[in-house]
Amino acid sequence: MTRNIIFGGVLTTLFTGLAILSFFYTPYDIQSLDIPNKLHPPNGANWLGTDHFGRDILSMIMMGARTSIAVAVLAVGIGICVGIPLGLLAAARRGSLLDEVIMRGNDLVFAFPSLVIAILITAIFGASAINAIIAIGIFNIPVFARLSRGAALPIWERDFILAARVSGKSSFRISIEHILPNITNLMIVQGTIQFSLGILAEAALSYIGLGAQPPTASWGRMLADAQTLTSIAPHTALIPGLAIVLMVLGLNLLGDGLRDWLDPRLRRGRV
Amino acid sequence: MTHFTKLLSASMLALTASMASAQTDITVAIQLEPPNLDPTGGAAQAIDSVLYSNVFEGLTRFMADGSVVAGLAKSWDISDDGLTYTFMLNEGVMFHDGTDMNADDVKFSLDRARADDSTNAQKGLFADIADVTVVDPLTVQVTLAQPNGSFLFNMAWGDAVIVAPESIETIASNPIGTGAFAFSDWVQGDRLELVRNDAYWGDAPALESATFRFISDPTAAFAAVMAEDVDAFVGFPAPENLPQFEADPRFQVLVGNTEGETILSMNNQMPPFDNVLVRQAVSLAIDRQAIIDGAMFGYGTPIGTHFAPHNPDYVDLIANSAHNPDRARELLAEAGFADGFTTTLKLPPPSYARRGGEIIAAQLREVGITAEITNLEWAQWLEEVFKAKDFGMSIVSHTEPMDLGIYANPSYYFQYDNIVFQAVMDKLNATTDPAMRSELMAAAQTIISEDYVNGYLFQLAVPTVAKAGLNGLWLDQPTAAVDLTGVSWSE
Repeated sequence: MTRNIIFGGVLTTLFTGLAILSFFYTPYDIQSLDIPNKLHPPNGANWLGTDHFGRDILSMIMMGARTSIAVAVLAVGIGICVGIPLGLLAAARRGSLLDEVIMRGNDLVFAFPSLVIAILITAIFGASAINAIIAIGIFNIPVFARLSRGAALPIWERDFILAARVSGKSSFRISIEHILPNITNLMIVQGTIQFSLGILAEAALSYIGLGAQPPTASWGRMLADAQTLTSIAPHTALIPGLAIVLMVLGLNLLGDGLRDWLDPRLRRGRV
Repeated sequence: MTHFTKLLSASMLALTASMASAQTDITVAIQLEPPNLDPTGGAAQAIDSVLYSNVFEGLTRFMADGSVVAGLAKSWDISDDGLTYTFMLNEGVMFHDGTDMNADDVKFSLDRARADDSTNAQKGLFADIADVTVVDPLTVQVTLAQPNGSFLFNMAWGDAVIVAPESIETIASNPIGTGAFAFSDWVQGDRLELVRNDAYWGDAPALESATFRFISDPTAAFAAVMAEDVDAFVGFPAPENLPQFEADPRFQVLVGNTEGETILSMNNQMPPFDNVLVRQAVSLAIDRQAIIDGAMFGYGTPIGTHFAPHNPDYVDLIANSAHNPDRARELLAEAGFADGFTTTLKLPPPSYARRGGEIIAAQLREVGITAEITNLEWAQWLEEVFKAKDFGMSIVSHTEPMDLGIYANPSYYFQYDNIVFQAVMDKLNATTDPAMRSELMAAAQTIISEDYVNGYLFQLAVPTVAKAGLNGLWLDQPTAAVDLTGVSWSE
């Protein structure tokens, strides 16, 4: 349990740290190409080798981490900021027409295969990191809306909510002051999972050329660039591939560990 | 020359015929699938790649070395004033549907190509024809409005092949020509099949059947060749993999020249590219060798103007735009862009454009120009860049042979409008004297180089990967063609 948190936390902190560090320092400037030094395997000067333009792969990974995390944070942010209020509203007006409209709307969005629609959105509105964020973000909305409504409904039946209502609080205030704090744990866990899915979605969109455009570094595009080079310079594909795997693994372990740790029932079981 | 090649192919044929075990079919991969099968109506190069010389033939034809030799016309007389061409046609030439090819078909084909409602992609080839007359079934007379030094060259193009009125309705899906191979089947999105034409008027080809496959994805192309799913890949899309094929005894790698001048095109009517100083600055900011090494893994010849370096009339003007970022910054300041500017760089799918674009964007950034990269599919590129002219810069390879004329057309997508250049081209078109033509072509090359119309990068190389034992594939691509008539297997 705590092992998951530690291992996941270390991986997540590592990549987040690299991304933050990239604002102040990268070993090389990835904007300037050094073509005579292309496709060097990992060595003392370039710890992770160089790519087909002679750029330092470690620097690319750091800048790519920044792109991945930024896209995922913003996309999950859209999901949380729109999805949770919708879910809380639906729970507060449970059984009403508004509840129906919100939840069936969510079902509608949920029914579409998310990545295919993300491809559609970026193909129509142009490939860019912003459009990728919006596309991934839209599909995070129903996840959070459903979960928050589902988690809020049993809380509305509890006695302390009844007490709050008797004391004259509006359902809006009850949602903010009593419901939200009680579902935060769940949202954090789900946010971590969605965060890892966002990283994967960004890599997938960039891989097919619909994510962040060059010269912005992106793990997905590093993979795409390397795919014809796998047999002559395998490190160019292995390293960004490993970065994606480790980042997603880290987030999933962290999410798993947090769920075990934050869930009162499981915690009570351990004690 | 013709006799020699005929003799050569005949002896090669005799050699292969004596070995019963030799393979008689071939699977050839190319990158793009033709959108239709009418070389006289469609612009796509892939149509010619599949059909030129295999299915369709013209009065004259290109050989592998780019020379123009007799095709369906066995000989011709040119009047002293250069205005009348009398073509004597070969006897016994039949279309694949069994009808005769005669002077009426030639008249029909040329009249159709130059008609007002013609959809021919290269109508300029026929612009000087004033009249086509049938003298007798095997003689046709073409009268020109003005002398045209490149008329026989023009007639060798895939857009000038001879078609029949009987089969013209369905040519786009069922092409009927006179060539050594007849069209057999086209499974769209997958393959196109040809079979040997046993009634062929010329030397019979060694191959009995041929299949074309269309693979544009570099990774899939590598896998298909490695797994020996295809016998040859003409125009292999991933130059980085060529050394592996070279090292593998199962394969042979041919790296030939094309007529593809790869350029960084600039929108000459759109500010700031309407300022020659800005165009010069962009040209000087570019390091060609870095692009050839980085995008093409060293395959490609630097060019300084829009002309093929293997052409005897090529003038080496690379010095005009040698890499000099300091001078580029000065020129930008002189033009009023001391702090640089931002523009668009719209890239079609080939790796020379996508990789080259990233390299050029980095090089331009060093002199202060921000080029925002947009990657486009071909259809989008044709729509946005080529038709709507909504672009700042683009990278594309112009693969038509001898296409200097596009600079005399102010409505061509990069919109270069220079009266002096247009006068030189008019004079060139009217000149037949070879020495005078060389001089005019040199003048034309120099004008566009010194006007920095576009950034001239490199001549595109065409890598062909084939199985060892396959002989007779073209090394160079003087025109887009995968001519299989001389191809054979040795054991």
